[in-house]
Amino acid sequence: MREGQGLFWKLDGISIGLFLLLVFLGWMNIHSAAYQPENEKFWSMDSEYGKQLLWIGSSMFILLFILLLDGRVYERIAYPVYALSLLALAGVLIFGSTISGARSWYTFGGFSLQPSEFVKCSTALALAKLFSKESSKDGMGARSRWLAFALIALPILLILPQPDLGSALVFLAFLFVLYREGMSITVLLGPIGIGILFVLTLLLNKVWVILGMVVLALGMAYSSRRRPRFWLRPLLMAIMGLGVVLSVDYAFNEVLEDRHRNRIDILLGKAEDPKGIGYNTQQSLIAIGSGGLSGKGFLQGTQTRYDFVPEQTTDFIFCTVGEEWGFLGSSLVVLLFTALLFRLIFLAERQKSRFSRAYGYGVAAILFLHFAVNIAMTVGLAPVIGIPLPFFSYGGSSLWGFTLLLFIFLRLDAYRVLIL
Amino acid sequence: MNKALIVFLFFGLTCALFIGRLFDLQILDDKYTLYANENVIRKERIYAPRGHIYDRNGKLLVSNIPAYDLMVTPAKTAAFDTVFLARLSSVAPSDLRFQLKKARRYSSYRPSAVIRQISARSFGSLQEHLHRFPGFYMQKRAQRSYAHAGAAHALGYIGEVTEGFARKNVRYRMGDLHGVSGIEKAYEEQLRGRSGARYIMVDVHNREQNTFAEGAYDTLAAPGMDIRSTLDIDLQLLGEELMTNKRGSIVAIEPNSGEILALISSPTFDPARMVGRKRSAEYTRLLQDSLNKPLFDRAVLAEYPPGSPFKLINALIGLQEQVIRPSSSFSCRNGFHAKGLHVACHCGTDRPVALRLSISKSCNNYYCQVFKKIVDKYPSAQEGLDVWSTHVRSFGLGDFLNNDLPTGRRGFVPNADYYDQALGYTGWGATTTISLGIGQGELVLTPIQMANMSAAIANRGHYFTPHIVKLIGNEANEKFLEKKPTSIDPKHFDEVIEGMYEVFETGTARAARHDSIAMCGKTGTAQNPHGQDHSIFIAFAPKEDPKIALSIIVENGYWGSRWAAPIASLMMEHYLTGEIGRTALKERMIQGDLRAEYGLLATEENQQ
Repeated sequence: MREGQGLFWKLDGISIGLFLLLVFLGWMNIHSAAYQPENEKFWSMDSEYGKQLLWIGSSMFILLFILLLDGRVYERIAYPVYALSLLALAGVLIFGSTISGARSWYTFGGFSLQPSEFVKCSTALALAKLFSKESSKDGMGARSRWLAFALIALPILLILPQPDLGSALVFLAFLFVLYREGMSITVLLGPIGIGILFVLTLLLNKVWVILGMVVLALGMAYSSRRRPRFWLRPLLMAIMGLGVVLSVDYAFNEVLEDRHRNRIDILLGKAEDPKGIGYNTQQSLIAIGSGGLSGKGFLQGTQTRYDFVPEQTTDFIFCTVGEEWGFLGSSLVVLLFTALLFRLIFLAERQKSRFSRAYGYGVAAILFLHFAVNIAMTVGLAPVIGIPLPFFSYGGSSLWGFTLLLFIFLRLDAYRVLIL
Repeated sequence: MNKALIVFLFFGLTCALFIGRLFDLQILDDKYTLYANENVIRKERIYAPRGHIYDRNGKLLVSNIPAYDLMVTPAKTAAFDTVFLARLSSVAPSDLRFQLKKARRYSSYRPSAVIRQISARSFGSLQEHLHRFPGFYMQKRAQRSYAHAGAAHALGYIGEVTEGFARKNVRYRMGDLHGVSGIEKAYEEQLRGRSGARYIMVDVHNREQNTFAEGAYDTLAAPGMDIRSTLDIDLQLLGEELMTNKRGSIVAIEPNSGEILALISSPTFDPARMVGRKRSAEYTRLLQDSLNKPLFDRAVLAEYPPGSPFKLINALIGLQEQVIRPSSSFSCRNGFHAKGLHVACHCGTDRPVALRLSISKSCNNYYCQVFKKIVDKYPSAQEGLDVWSTHVRSFGLGDFLNNDLPTGRRGFVPNADYYDQALGYTGWGATTTISLGIGQGELVLTPIQMANMSAAIANRGHYFTPHIVKLIGNEANEKFLEKKPTSIDPKHFDEVIEGMYEVFETGTARAARHDSIAMCGKTGTAQNPHGQDHSIFIAFAPKEDPKIALSIIVENGYWGSRWAAPIASLMMEHYLTGEIGRTALKERMIQGDLRAEYGLLATEENQQ
């Protein structure tokens, strides 16, 4: 246990500091959002802030357990854990209980667990394991490419039928890992491009979008000024784009459900309905917007405390930050998240093993997607997709999941010195 | 490292995008602060308690009891169970739907009352379930409460402002109450006070949570001012009782101030029935009573030919115009005869009749002669009649009194122009208009005008505009202090008043004489085209330094001495002594029932 003695000194203090700060700020805001002034009790263990404290306490145990475990074990158990987690996902479709319309939960007595929160971690481990087998430092073989896509696709396919579009969407974060581990930037830009095309097609006349694409493709082909075989890429892009444009109607009308369609319509300004579907977004904007520069102060937010904001302790917890701490407080939270993400990428890059690096990217990417989608939703830049803000939102499964995810990486990072 | 940079860039741009967006939402855009306030801050009106109304002796007449209105802001409502809400507030669902529609039509964003005057009992159960009905809240209001079942017309009642009224008057909102008639209407400004505002914070279920900014923006309601009316409620109630089962009016005035002591229109109604949610049904019921017309305030709106009491005015004009002296006598041969014209007389004397006797016996011939002399004094009948008309008008007759009652009528005092046009030629003479001499013909007056006429005689030549309010808050009502002289010299009044005294002593009203009070009066039996003659009487007492002057009309009561004179006598006795000794007379008057007369009238009208 030579390395164990210095373990805590080798752990990344900055990441842990940011983690603890975010958890603390999150808990404070849950307290504020759930605080009932008429109860007059400042403290109640039955309230959400009381329960969250239990979740925080228990995640400290998880954290300690992870730190005490040998770092090498994760690489060894990655595949079995992945397989087990997929089984749990399959099981929840049969044995799970339904909470707010989605069969995503295992209920044991008084409390519930959401397996999809843990699958994020196991998928990150499995992907890392996959790339650790590659011989080169950065590249990947054709077989690995397909396997990687399959590892990401399997949990998505199991989560979609719950149905939980938000959680499924999170798995797209692993495209960052694929990009870092050898795939071209297209793996990132592709989905973004498809997203942009999707929105443009919904907003504009299809003919104009197609025309624009054709012009763009011709322009690219012309500007390359090379031999015709280099025109292949613009041509392929144009054909794929055409496919996307033509399938938008089908996807929008047949694949998406009503609530998704409505949310998208409202976000695009095609429909207005402040009392109905758009109510959540509207109230969220009001809460955040009314915060001003420095906010209304702790426990002084009217919009969240008086329940105008829906899901105020979970998906819309950022509203409380915006309302009570204003522009200064909410910017600080955004900066803290960004700092943590930067730090994680920095740590990932300094890993000597490819397993650790790939896993590190996985952690950063998952946290980033949650953060980006959640904040974008609360500030009205994305349709309402119910995913939690890491470390902030009320809920045991997500806090446990994120703690697990992060601290396995910090344990790996602390262990890196032992790898030559 | 190249790829890591791209990822850093990606994260960094997202961070910048969010901070930019937050800057836009929280710093640049103010509208969310407004929206947030709209969400949580509710302005609640604090209604000013309406001022109380007292009688002249400080007895409480009208006060307030609490009641509640269910208010709605249509824009803030969500889908709700109309039937359940209707059941909670015990109204018919169709009524509720109608009121909701009306509220929406009025304004989506301004609250209006959908159910009014909810009693404290239903308030409890409604308040308990109110959180299920976003956009609704309870507003504390007040209901009028009446200490006595009388003076309904004089006090008036309050009602909701109409949609059109609320639109034109920014100080009122749909469902607000305002005075609709009587004192309530005339003194609306003083009685209503000024409402205050309270800003409270509510949660998403519209439940009250806290005061806003610790009440820094709240304003207090300024209560309405109390009003002391000139009415003597005991006299008023006595008058109403005496008029039981009789139609007509009693108006009593204090001559040396013009203060109205009693303003009675019969039949009347209990003002307490015009309160709360049963008001509109009750109102409709009274309105549809086309036989009794209880809503019609006869005291100020009905116009009657004054009949014989008007002879007093003609006597005074004759004296002023020096066409007669108190000793001038005319022989009555069963009436007045001229060129195929005959005015009958029942004075029953065959000796020459002088002024006093003409009053006490109400000689028609005397006054036809006097009137003819007045008109004939001038070169043309036109000129003569206009002089007469001007004298008459100086008693406040033939025009609005411009007092503090919200309604009134001019009455009608004809002049020469009127006859020129009505007859179509100008060659008419005194005899053509001779019935004016005995208070008949085209001449019509309202009861309050006749009472004022009586007061002017009691005052020996002047009057004060009759008014109904004495004190506003603690300030005296100073609008009616001006002494209004008549065109008759005060020296002429004593002889006429002696005649009026003899009416009680030896004349037509001797049956209504009181042993210790020197009363003056004049009976009238006014012909009317709709049936039996009206029983009319004007009076004042005591003879020297009069304290009360009044006019009484009992429709279709026949002789003035039959109903009007005894009632006047009882009223004066009560006012001057505080009690009534002649209980038998009082009972007889109360028992007097003219409904048969009116029933007969009704069938006659139906046949026409």
